[in-house]
Amino acid sequence: MSKILAFVESRDNKLKNSGFETASTAVKIAGELGIEAEVLLIGSNVSSIASELNAYGVKKVLFAEDPKLEKYSTTAYSKILAETAKQINADIIILSATSMGKDMSPVVSAKLEAGLVSDCIEIKAGDGNITATRPVYAGKAFIDVKVNSAIKIFTLRPNVFKPVKSDGVTSETEKLNIALNDSDFSVQVKEVVISDEKLDVTEANVVVSGGRGLKGPENFHLVEELAKVLGGAAGASRAIVDAGWRPHSDQVGQTGKTVAPSLYIAVGISGAIQHLAGMSSSKCIVAINKDKDAPIFQVADYGIVGDAIEILPVLTEELKKVLSN
Amino acid sequence: MKIAVCVSQVPDTTTKVKIGADGKTIDPAGVTYIINPYDEFAVEAVLQLKEKHTGETVVVSVGKESNKEAIKKAFAMGIEKGILVKSDAEMDSYTVARNLADVLKEINPDMIIFGKQSIDYDDSQVGSLVAEMLGMPSITVVVGINLEGNKITCEREIEGGKEVVEASLPVAITAQRGLNNPRYPNLKGIMQAKSKPIEEKQPTYTENKTEILTMKLPHPKPKGKIVGTDVSAVPELVRLLREEAKVI
Ligand SMILES: Cc1cc2nc3c(=O)[nH]c(=O)nc-3n(C[C@H](O)[C@H](O)[C@H](O)COP(=O)(O)OP(=O)(O)OC[C@H]3O[C@@H](n4cnc5c(N)ncnc54)[C@H](O)[C@@H]3O)c2cc1C
Ligand SMILES: Nc1ncnc2c1ncn2[C@@H]1O[C@H](COP(=O)(O)O)[C@@H](O)[C@H]1O
Repeated sequence: MSKILAFVESRDNKLKNSGFETASTAVKIAGELGIEAEVLLIGSNVSSIASELNAYGVKKVLFAEDPKLEKYSTTAYSKILAETAKQINADIIILSATSMGKDMSPVVSAKLEAGLVSDCIEIKAGDGNITATRPVYAGKAFIDVKVNSAIKIFTLRPNVFKPVKSDGVTSETEKLNIALNDSDFSVQVKEVVISDEKLDVTEANVVVSGGRGLKGPENFHLVEELAKVLGGAAGASRAIVDAGWRPHSDQVGQTGKTVAPSLYIAVGISGAIQHLAGMSSSKCIVAINKDKDAPIFQVADYGIVGDAIEILPVLTEELKKVLSN
Repeated sequence: MKIAVCVSQVPDTTTKVKIGADGKTIDPAGVTYIINPYDEFAVEAVLQLKEKHTGETVVVSVGKESNKEAIKKAFAMGIEKGILVKSDAEMDSYTVARNLADVLKEINPDMIIFGKQSIDYDDSQVGSLVAEMLGMPSITVVVGINLEGNKITCEREIEGGKEVVEASLPVAITAQRGLNNPRYPNLKGIMQAKSKPIEEKQPTYTENKTEILTMKLPHPKPKGKIVGTDVSAVPELVRLLREEAKVI
């Protein structure tokens, strides 16, 4: 193995948290393999933010900069990543398994005929070997995988690999020269519609999810208020998404989003196997449910067996008090 | 217009996973297999496009004889033709995609629709891989499709919002829940699906790029603490979250 290339995601010239995770993991693995790691930024003005990576021990930042790259384009971004890997002879490519990383990585895999391991939660490197662990069957099992092609691509599940600050190095930066023509923008994002600046459940450090035990959409504000006090996001079980209380984008579970926050609070959620699939790797799980036999208690670290509609306002108030101290 | 849909066959979501004798795959005993749930959105999208713009429809699957059940489900919903690339080999996403690409090249579709993810290995790879292998662009995790002439505009889900994406045909799309409500096959559809022929093909590529070393079950979690049975438990819960779990 000779070199790692990490794609660090930015949107609107802001580095994403997941980007620090990818950069920091690349530096760590490179250390373990005794090779170099370089980082790639793509956007319209990304050179201005490259120095933010100094704190993570990144020695070299490559950037592709063009006004046309301001918004994401599957075709252009994946061409740049694949071309860069070829130019610098990288044989390990790392991305985050965000919507952008999941969209780009298979395209790069096909371009480079490289095996791709998606959504890794652990990467072991050493002695010239690299293997990844990832969940399958929605987290009901885990596999250890190795890649047999010359170039190997891994995407990292967001929020799992914590970025590690290392003694500040000053990263060297280099502008890439990759010719792009119109056909490289055959898929182009025209507009990004962010739903009222809401924090996404996959990006939040705390997720409070509500289920049918809330009785009706009129009580969902209790979940939102608790999430707000904790600086987190509000999620939902499929039952209440299907009932139209919440949008599908908030659904947690096997056919919704997979989350791994530090704290997951399940309120009035029974804990069906499909729901557990989306949240059981959360660090700490709290369940509030009036049925002591609800399966959610089997994965919960802490539980209160009781009426959520009474408990939530008290919990929110108590947290407000404690957190303001 | 020619529209293709790719479907896989996966264990039902209620499956309790047991590790098989090889230590690398699940034990299939007692497992019920269904069409991959996201592929139902893909099939429905194909049918709606066909109804609006007219055209031919075909479903392709790579896998075992039993994948014919997924093809028949697509037939029952209304897809016209079916192809199975028949193989009992364990294939990774790259290899599945190569086989699909080889079949689809001959069909030369204007659009190919996939599910956003197979709920067995949860790879989210095959749609974009096939697209790139065929030299067509891909749009993934799509919750809205609008086709006008040759121009397609899709909405795709991203963290905290949506992207509006434009491309021209031919294009590959992967379907996310929310794109549509898959129709239930009617009795006539189900009866017709039984007798519709499925064309069988041999795999053209079998060499995997990735290799599973072991499959393991998650560590069982130690039993949690029931802090109390009413609001009086709240201060203790908050204390535990701060001092024991240290998460707030
Ligand atoms: C193919 C497929 C995919 C699926 N994917 C998903 C998925 O991605 N995500 C998902 O969540 N589900 C999914 N499901 C659905 C899943 O099987 C369950 O039906 C769903 O999770 C149940 O939601 P719930 O817990 O809100 O409702 P219920 O199961 O109805 O649970 C409500 C809970 O609230 C409790 N309760 C009632 N009143 C109160 C009160 N006053 N205070 C406190 N607690 C109270 C009850 O004791 C009960 O445990 C899927 C199902 C299928 C078939
Ligand atoms: N064996 C297969 N045969 C046909 N289509 C498949 C197969 N595996 C995956 N697909 C398609 O690719 C999508 C994504 O699968 P995956 O990349 O495996 O998560 C699925 O929803 C299907 O549409």
